[in-house]
Amino acid sequence: MTRADKGLMTGAQMIVQALKDQGVEVVFGYPGGAVLPIYDAIFQQNDIRHVLVRHEQGAIHMAEGYARSTGKPGVALVTSGPGATNAVTGLTDALLDSIPLVVLSGQVPTFMIGTDGFQEADTVGITRPCTKHNWLVKDTEKLAETLHQAFHVATSGRPGPVLVDIPKDVQFGEALYSPKEKIRTHYQPKVKGDIDQITRLVEMIEKAERPVFYTGGGVINSGPAASQLLRELVEATGFPITSTLMGLGAYPASGKNWLGMLGMHGLYEANLAMHGCDLMINIGARFDDRITGRVKDFSPTSAKAHIDIDPSSINKVIRVDVPIVGDVGHVLEDLLRVWKSRGRKVNKDGLAKWWKQIAEWQAVNCLDYKNSEKTIKPQYALQRLEALTKGMDRYITTEVGQHQMWAAQFLGFEAPNRWMTSGGLGTMGYGLPASIGVQIAHPEALVINVAGEASWLMNMQEMGTAMQFRAPVKQFILNNERLGMVRQWQELLHGERYSHSWSESLPDFVKLAEAFGCKGIRCSDPKDLDDAIMEMIRYDGPVIFDCLVEKHENCFPMIPSGKPHNEMLLGEADTQGVIGAKGAVLV
Amino acid sequence: MSALNIKRGSTSHSAYDLRDPYAEVIETHTLAVLVDNESGVLARVIGLFSGRGYNIDSLTVAEVDHEGHRSRITIVTRGTPQVIEQIKAQLGRLVPVHEVHDLTVEGPAVQRELALIKVSGKGEARIEALRLAEIFRANVVDSTLESFVFEMTGLPDKIDAFAELMRPLGLREIARTGVAALARGV
Ligand SMILES: Cc1cc2nc3c(=O)[nH]c(=O)nc-3n(C[C@H](O)[C@H](O)[C@H](O)COP(=O)(O)OP(=O)(O)OC[C@H]3O[C@@H](n4cnc5c(N)ncnc54)[C@H](O)[C@@H]3O)c2cc1C
Ligand SMILES: Cc1ncc(C[n+]2csc(CCOP(=O)(O)OP(=O)(O)O)c2C)c(N)n1
Repeated sequence: MTRADKGLMTGAQMIVQALKDQGVEVVFGYPGGAVLPIYDAIFQQNDIRHVLVRHEQGAIHMAEGYARSTGKPGVALVTSGPGATNAVTGLTDALLDSIPLVVLSGQVPTFMIGTDGFQEADTVGITRPCTKHNWLVKDTEKLAETLHQAFHVATSGRPGPVLVDIPKDVQFGEALYSPKEKIRTHYQPKVKGDIDQITRLVEMIEKAERPVFYTGGGVINSGPAASQLLRELVEATGFPITSTLMGLGAYPASGKNWLGMLGMHGLYEANLAMHGCDLMINIGARFDDRITGRVKDFSPTSAKAHIDIDPSSINKVIRVDVPIVGDVGHVLEDLLRVWKSRGRKVNKDGLAKWWKQIAEWQAVNCLDYKNSEKTIKPQYALQRLEALTKGMDRYITTEVGQHQMWAAQFLGFEAPNRWMTSGGLGTMGYGLPASIGVQIAHPEALVINVAGEASWLMNMQEMGTAMQFRAPVKQFILNNERLGMVRQWQELLHGERYSHSWSESLPDFVKLAEAFGCKGIRCSDPKDLDDAIMEMIRYDGPVIFDCLVEKHENCFPMIPSGKPHNEMLLGEADTQGVIGAKGAVLV
Repeated sequence: MSALNIKRGSTSHSAYDLRDPYAEVIETHTLAVLVDNESGVLARVIGLFSGRGYNIDSLTVAEVDHEGHRSRITIVTRGTPQVIEQIKAQLGRLVPVHEVHDLTVEGPAVQRELALIKVSGKGEARIEALRLAEIFRANVVDSTLESFVFEMTGLPDKIDAFAELMRPLGLREIARTGVAALARGV
């Protein structure tokens, strides 16, 4: 009998087999000494595609973009030592944003661990706090089971990144492969919510005069069915709905109950509805500090319900009255069933008054800005981008900064999984690689990274990946030649002392595009903008679009750090001396 | 800016947690955590405490089921009620954690710590040390002409009290295990 007849495989072969069995189509990776056996196994098969990145951080963000836009786990492969340490920022990003990833790292052979071997790093030690879980596999026999367990953990309950560290001798070793079906695990987070608590929430829904749905990334994590149920619930109750940055698209921006994003740079009407409501229904959001502002004054008159799959999210920041631990999809299904069976009641009079009040807030038109005929305002650029790409099969990623907030304010998302942004960690350099990951998953779609020039430079090497793998991503750079968000804070908080928030010697982005072999477009006149955007969309290949915008525009509305929701700044006139010393301490 | 005419101070109450949610009182709780005895599990638990700024007053760990490779970690920690709830939830979501029990609220529990205490001295002090040891039910597990090693078990307070008494009598060294705890009854 041959090895194969006996069912023996090398560790490296098992890795490829396990990935196939888990339905993996693409791996984002970068080779090195400690993963050569895996690369050899990848070379000898055609089922799994490997995308060669230019930096391991890029690999992780690509896997994140892939995961967020498909709902499937993203997979990355990195070598030991520097390969693994380069992955750390991406892992932390995915942990904070609950993105399911399986990252495989090579390690020095087991007998060399602890000797400061060449390219040895304590990868499980380094990544323990930035993964949902990680494993060091010391035995080929355990490898397949561990990999299946890794996929299970990454995708169950609150999703997150996991890492499997695989020493080189384990990759060479031989053992029996254990199939996916055989794994045993006690890790089974609860998905059904407590029916008594759900019923309590229904009772509150029936009576509430000023209710609001506050939804978040958990709805996206739960899957498209959850978004569907959310829409049904919103339409049926007639309640207003707002969402965090991470939850955009779960409820359509064109929906009639949509208040827009809430939070530090969220809409006036959304924040005031949160502040003044009598029933807040948090669905898959985590009371982040960008949302709550000053905790003591957060929504002082409301009863609060919180649906979350992670018990540690509940009562972490804000005490709630109705905690419901469970998966959004499962809980909303039960909630709708109970509410319908009790006669679909809502407080019609209260609601009518509430909507009247909301309409007054909406009339403030908080996103209003002063347009210009001479320079492109970043808001205007995004409005045009929105108008010209609406209805297309479109995915948006962003970098981090003002442009990210303007993108969230001015672009409308009609479906989940169409908006990829680094929310929790706020990682500059996320958007370009994420856009490539999205494009690899959706080759025919229009994928645009709305970027700031400073963020974009952080991972610009990945344009090489876009070229090599024919990912026609559009890099829409709102170039203000400033670290705009930092500049804005310095203006408002630090007496206009612009300490190092201005980058000199920026590259010529059009020439840079040429150097990468893709298309460069520059636009500085509002009159040329539409044509330039259309040229970008129509071009069959990657584009770097250098959109020269107003350099000193501030992003409003803004709730200054340490202030409650009803002390929001709407525009330049409101900004004099607003942030006290206490607020300045907060970020 | 248009101010909202709403009163400060929430009027809502939770029906499920009768402790004052915003109480700033610091409570001490003893937690028993059953975990898979896999490599790194202790680092994970300790990293959680240091990373999130929680206190550890004492921690003990040992495998308690050799076949099932389960360890029991007993942690004595301090915090406001909200922090204690967070600690339990954070522990509970770790993948190798099977169960988290708060022995302080789940009913009466027995708690014990073992300590080895070395005292050296001659004459009257030595006799006094021995006499006090008897009162505290500490055993002599090693002795020379000029020293004793006492072994004692009990609540941490009792060990503290004994150690304090030994200090003027020639306390040299003390080794403590940290608290082990079990719920009373079946
Ligand atoms: C420069 C900058 C400015 C920002 N400004 C804002 C702002 O103005 N407004 C804003 O909203 N954000 C803003 N953010 C983002 C912010 O930092 C947070 O990332 C974001 O608010 C968190 O979103 P979330 O509450 O939806 O939680 P997420 O991080 O998406 O967490 C999801 C929650 O849902 C739970 N969950 C996961 N899966 C499920 C499931 N299946 N069922 C039930 N629950 C589940 C998780 O346990 C978690 O509690 C900003 C970020 C940056 C970088
Ligand atoms: C890796 C990293 N370093 C630093 C920061 C802090 N930071 C947040 S926004 C910002 C400026 C971003 O500038 P740019 O990308 O040009 O976007 P803009 O704000 O001008 O739209 C900085 C430095 C960060 N978020 N990430």
